Amino acid sequence: MARIDLDNIRHAYMPAPKRDEDFALKRVHHTFDDGGAYALLGPSGCGKTTLLNIMSGLLRPTEGKILFDGRDVTGLSTEERNIAQVFQFPVVYDTMTVYDNLAFPLRNRGVAADEIDRRVTETLAMIGLAERARQKARGLTADDKQKIALGRGLVRSDVSAILFDEPLTVIDPHMKWVLRSQLKELHRRFSFTMVYVTHDQTEALTFADQVVVMNEGEIVQIGTPEELFERPNHTFVGYFIGSPGMNVLPVVLDGAVARIGSHVMTLPGATGPVGAQRTELGIRPEYVRIGREGIPVTVERVEDVGRRKIVHASIDGHPLAAIVPEDEAVPAEPHVRFEPAGINVYADSWRMDLGEAS
Amino acid sequence: MLELRNVSKVVSGQTHINDVSLTLQPGSLNVLLGPTLAGKTSLMRLMAGLDRPTAGSVWMEDRDVTGVPVQKRSVAMVYQQFINYPAMTVYENIASPLRVAGADKATIEEKVARAADLLHLTPHLARTPLELSGGQQQRTALARAMVKEARLVLLDEPLANLDYKLREELRAELPKIFAASGAIFVYATTEPSEALLLGGNTATLSQGRVTQFGPTIEVFREPVDLVTARTFADPPLNIVAVRKSAGELQLDSGDRLPVPSGLSGLADGGYTLGFQPHHLSLAARAPDALRIGAVVSVTEITGSESFVHLDFAGHRWVMLEEGVHRFDVGEAIDVFIDTRHMLVFDAGGRRISSAGAMAA
Amino acid sequence: MTKTWNNRAWFFVLPVLLLVAFNAIIPLMTVVNYSVQETFGNNLFFFEGTKWYEAVLASERFHGALLRQFMFTGIILLIEVPLGVAIALTMPRSGPWVSVCLVLMALPLLIPWNVVGAMWNIMALPDIGLLGYGLNKLGIPYNFTRQPFSAWFTVVLMDVWHWTSLVVLLAYAGLRSIPEAYYQAAKIDGASRFSVFRFIQLPKMNRVLTIAVLLRFMDSFMIYTEPFVLTGGGPGNSTTFLSIDLVKAALGEFNLGIAAAMSIIYFLMTLLVSWIFYTLMTRGEEQ
Repeated sequence: MARIDLDNIRHAYMPAPKRDEDFALKRVHHTFDDGGAYALLGPSGCGKTTLLNIMSGLLRPTEGKILFDGRDVTGLSTEERNIAQVFQFPVVYDTMTVYDNLAFPLRNRGVAADEIDRRVTETLAMIGLAERARQKARGLTADDKQKIALGRGLVRSDVSAILFDEPLTVIDPHMKWVLRSQLKELHRRFSFTMVYVTHDQTEALTFADQVVVMNEGEIVQIGTPEELFERPNHTFVGYFIGSPGMNVLPVVLDGAVARIGSHVMTLPGATGPVGAQRTELGIRPEYVRIGREGIPVTVERVEDVGRRKIVHASIDGHPLAAIVPEDEAVPAEPHVRFEPAGINVYADSWRMDLGEAS
Repeated sequence: MLELRNVSKVVSGQTHINDVSLTLQPGSLNVLLGPTLAGKTSLMRLMAGLDRPTAGSVWMEDRDVTGVPVQKRSVAMVYQQFINYPAMTVYENIASPLRVAGADKATIEEKVARAADLLHLTPHLARTPLELSGGQQQRTALARAMVKEARLVLLDEPLANLDYKLREELRAELPKIFAASGAIFVYATTEPSEALLLGGNTATLSQGRVTQFGPTIEVFREPVDLVTARTFADPPLNIVAVRKSAGELQLDSGDRLPVPSGLSGLADGGYTLGFQPHHLSLAARAPDALRIGAVVSVTEITGSESFVHLDFAGHRWVMLEEGVHRFDVGEAIDVFIDTRHMLVFDAGGRRISSAGAMAA
Repeated sequence: MTKTWNNRAWFFVLPVLLLVAFNAIIPLMTVVNYSVQETFGNNLFFFEGTKWYEAVLASERFHGALLRQFMFTGIILLIEVPLGVAIALTMPRSGPWVSVCLVLMALPLLIPWNVVGAMWNIMALPDIGLLGYGLNKLGIPYNFTRQPFSAWFTVVLMDVWHWTSLVVLLAYAGLRSIPEAYYQAAKIDGASRFSVFRFIQLPKMNRVLTIAVLLRFMDSFMIYTEPFVLTGGGPGNSTTFLSIDLVKAALGEFNLGIAAAMSIIYFLMTLLVSWIFYTLMTRGEEQ
């Protein structure tokens, strides 16, 4: 396993990029630590797959260097980089048995037969396909095929990293849970460096120790799932993570006081002088409390989604979503309060630190 | 009103649809929920008239339409793949069903403009579909289905190929887009959470059978049997087999649990208990919550919630707790089952409603 | 996939049904009729049962033609299928050269069969043809009207030139349908060029190659025009394949009964061998 350094990577699909907009990947400078579990999360076209292909060596970046454990691999091919990759649609060798599929990468590298047998048997047990070792790969279900694809990476004990390109796209919801938790368990036991590309926040957040949120070719924030949830650096992160996403309300700031329309509320801390064009308050629906006190709201719609209710309300015409637990009701004449811990303030979409309340 | 009466479809010896009866009301949104190959698409094809049922009949407004081909019915369909005419502009794509129907120019212009406005396509009308993002391509397909003003609109996993966030947006818009039309909507999905967000009615499908049909939230909370409950659970339903005797619940593992007050009326015998992951918690939510000792195998943390995978007496369970909770793997913890929401199934997998349990 | 159900669609099949009836079924029945009767002219026919069949099956001449036919079909399949696949593998997967290659490949297929025969006839002439003259100049004795081996060589070469393109086009279509991810995964697994072919390309081409082999088998089994134009079945009987033999019997010797029985045997054989091929090649291919 290896540490991966991305040194000022830029990439453009057009031949002579000049302006910033020409780049599919504007500038990425980041280190993936050895043994870490990372997710690249963002909408389609944000550059996450481009970045993954640069790491795997399927694409050569227009600018910048990529290093594995300090060694420059920018010019090296995929096989020379010694990485494993699991694709969106399961790639298996149809005519081979499950066992032979796993042995394939080892045989190609001239590993001794008894060593192959030992490692394949071990890996089959790890991915839970020991009983199907002699079966042809063709007839298996999508989730088993995806396990084989993963197994072909795991079987090579020396891989630098395992890369995942939206691996659960074709898997049924029930099997997603099983595969995800197995992947998590494998990572914990064997500490592979793993990078996982997805547009699905649940997959990214549950899989990764560190989530890299990307938008329009740039990294917007890197953080633990908790940080991304509690302290989104940018309103995009607030919107993109969480379901429903963070409420963003336009406010007028004055020290530790925020004015939302005609209502006034106290912030947990004071902002410094604000020179921004636009100031907003971000609050996740999970931190909006509906009760009889606070700012009056108009409830427009309540969605009962089983384990909780999503209340769509508005404050002076600004939409606001709130979450109410399964067994609680929405009161008549509803008011909302914001949990101080969940309040973030944004200037021109970027988060401002709140100082001590004066 | 669309009615399926004891409809079956057998293709070369394999039963794709097995004796399905459904009545769908005009203006209703109906979700077909089930895993891949459960029969969602087959059922939609029968509804549309693309296929003829092997047995049973299809009725539209009290008229037997079995065998009437799709062209003669009023049906619009949207698929998982973004299907548009690639050589036509978005405007022409949306206008195409109107042109087929021979609408006059003014009507076409007006209807296309309205659909484009609702689906946020107005700035893209002059482009061709391939120049658009996936979300916009699917919006174009939806707009085409909308202007057709069909009495039956079939949506076969229309959001499956879209990004998570785009799905969220479009899913919220869909009911609004189609609300005014008074048509019957059928929406197929593999995801329980999607069914819950859409609301309306849900029919759960398993191996070609409709196991239950009713208001979505009712099917979710009051499943008639174990198959339905498992189909309609994400994360997966937690289950455990028990035997009730002598005022105790005995597990296969030899563990014994006290009978919660809600189940005291239950006759002695073998049962399966089922409960949703969010009805398992670290602290007792009700006085008669059942305390159980389990071992943590994996914890998944989303930043706001924790999915704790547990091993309990050979069963794999998932607990969904608000907030961030970290546990070591192999750590033994006490968890509580909220028995108010516990589902009890008899040996045949039928759910015993709490009222039934009292009477027994 | 299940088919759209619509009764009116049957009307579209009607012209084809009529065509098949006039083109295939009625002539076939006539042939069956001839094959069990004897005529001495004047439209007088006598029922003969299986006499002609027995005669054909026992004749040395039929055995010879049959053996030559199987040899010819075997040889051209052995050459055309691997060669076609090899050419398809070297064709570019994308870019402007794709259409150029496809057009070049399609050219031989567009030439009428008798023209192909005539072309090769001229080309192979030992005194003025490029091929014949060239080979003789190189010191290789070559004369396709005199030497059976030269005749065979020319007929096989002509068929390979004419029909390999078909295999190429089919194989290329099969190759194009393989998703890019397979090649990437193979790279990552460190697979050799041969492994990629053996475990990815060949299995994915399986279906189209089945079709290619079937088409080439049936077509070559019925080959008539080109060898007729080129060698007329000679020298001697050396390139007299089944159809040529059949025409000799029917038109040359006016042995209607024999020719009809041969036709039926010939037809059943093509059917049987095609069926065996198909079953063998699609075995275990469900889903």
